[in-house]
Amino acid sequence: MWDPLIPTDNGRVAELRLRKRSFFGRHNIEFLLLILPALAVTIVYRYLPMGGLVIAFKDYRPGIGIAASDWVGFQNFEFFFASDQVWNVTRNTLLYNLAFIVTGTVTAITFAILLYEVSSRSAVKTYQTLFLLPYFLSWVVVGIIMYGFLNARLGIANPIIERFGGTAVEWYADPRPWPGLLLFTNVWKWSGYNMIIYYAALMGIDPTLFEAAEIDGAGWFRKVFAITIPMLMPVAVVMLILSLGRIFFADFGMFFQLTQQSPLLLESTDVINWFTYRALIELRDYGMSSAIGLYQSVIGFILIIVTNWAARRMSGNESQLF
Amino acid sequence: MLLVHLILGLFGICCVVPLIMVISISFSSESAILSTGYRLLPVGLTASAYSHIFDRADQLIAAYRNSIIVTAVGTALGTAIMAGASYALSRKEFRGSLVFTFLFMFPLLFSGGLVPTYILMVRYLGLLDSYWALILPFLVNPWHVFLLRAYMQSIPQDVVESARIDGAYEAQIFTRIIVPMTSAGIAAVALLLSLLYWNDWYNALLYINDAALAPLQFWMMRVMTNIRFLLDVDTLVGGDVMMVEDLPNETARMAMVVLAAGPMLIVYPFFQRYFTKGIRVGSIKG
Repeated sequence: MWDPLIPTDNGRVAELRLRKRSFFGRHNIEFLLLILPALAVTIVYRYLPMGGLVIAFKDYRPGIGIAASDWVGFQNFEFFFASDQVWNVTRNTLLYNLAFIVTGTVTAITFAILLYEVSSRSAVKTYQTLFLLPYFLSWVVVGIIMYGFLNARLGIANPIIERFGGTAVEWYADPRPWPGLLLFTNVWKWSGYNMIIYYAALMGIDPTLFEAAEIDGAGWFRKVFAITIPMLMPVAVVMLILSLGRIFFADFGMFFQLTQQSPLLLESTDVINWFTYRALIELRDYGMSSAIGLYQSVIGFILIIVTNWAARRMSGNESQLF
Repeated sequence: MLLVHLILGLFGICCVVPLIMVISISFSSESAILSTGYRLLPVGLTASAYSHIFDRADQLIAAYRNSIIVTAVGTALGTAIMAGASYALSRKEFRGSLVFTFLFMFPLLFSGGLVPTYILMVRYLGLLDSYWALILPFLVNPWHVFLLRAYMQSIPQDVVESARIDGAYEAQIFTRIIVPMTSAGIAAVALLLSLLYWNDWYNALLYINDAALAPLQFWMMRVMTNIRFLLDVDTLVGGDVMMVEDLPNETARMAMVVLAAGPMLIVYPFFQRYFTKGIRVGSIKG
């Protein structure tokens, strides 16, 4: 802010401040030029497809383009909701994402709290490095590694199971173990990343709080539940709002790559995004595919607005997204 | 304290063991692997899997080249235009910054989704089988813009103001003052962005049909699909594994993983400082 009491360099500061007031002043034009490339990319790649959502209500034919295709009302939605897979993919997507949110948040916060107890800087850094390794692997690579554990001929998993008296599992033909496998892999891949976020929040806590609690005779668990976790809530709530807004969107790569696209597993591994992908690429059913997309986007949008509103109501202004 | 190290250490081992396994298999001899199955330590230490890959390296080299081009161009271009935009958004005296911030943020809340994007890219932009189809999707990411903006907001207004008094253009202030002062944040975003590009296979799956343009991750995925397909055929006709032997074999497949994931894992420890700081700043201020 300009302070009139501080002497200015022969009035030019004041002059500059007056000039920049206009939207098309020299400085603002320069700002606009700086922002233009990124804005253009955003408008083309993110906003134009929003307009393209009208094809959910059209019988889109690639040959004639969006504008010339016929309107068909809600026909595409009828096809989607009439399909017997809609319930399965919606249920899978919701349940997996809910389970991912719960397990992911709990492990990340637990690891952050444990890491906070570690006093040696080099140990902290080593743990961070190790925990982040999975974050750097693509789902393709994770899928191949998983195949190394599970494949029927050479995999490591079955011999171990047999040694402990179990029976070998046909991993890529049996849908039953997959919810557990996916849950574990999700935690494995993201814990390190999320732990760093929570650990950063922990570093911001005033240490005298803990000292005061200790003097009052609080034990370790008491401190964690009375100080640490409440202090982490604002960050956790923001992360929660974001993931709830994405709850209808599955991490397509995970389901697609880890299962090696085995059709035998779809009962427990099919998710909305994969269904949309198949409808588009394999069936070339543009209408139904975009109807699903619109259904996802609208529900996601409503959820994010509602959770943000709820977070604001419950906890004041500190933990909301916008 | 011991319990803390036990739990953290155990998970740390879970993170690193799969990688050790991959590296061990890639340095094992094929016959040993076929007789004993996969092991956590190399059996019959040899680098033959790597020489095997490099003997028929045309596809691998092409895939590497594609990934390097896309990653380099995408990271450089994306970081540059996002940094420029972030500088403008970080300045309170930029009239309209609130509107533009909202324009960048809104796609996080609502998106067109797969089909309209696909039609836009293929029919209206004509990017099928083009490097740009792999570059455009990650070029501007709201999270990265907000992360950079958070870094740039921390630069005191006085610094910018005094440069303006000296008659500098905003672009000069940006390149001469802001970029050097926020190099840590820019490095973090460049690292995040290069990871997105390097690990991408999804956009190639949608937009790349020409095998010569396949980036590394997509090429690996294709190799896996072919192996699986032939194995299925093999079990169906009840034959032996003759057909499979022509394909990159067990050890070569893991060598392929090492070559694909290796560059990121080697580069990352050198930049870990920027990276973890970037995640922190992004999560707290962004």
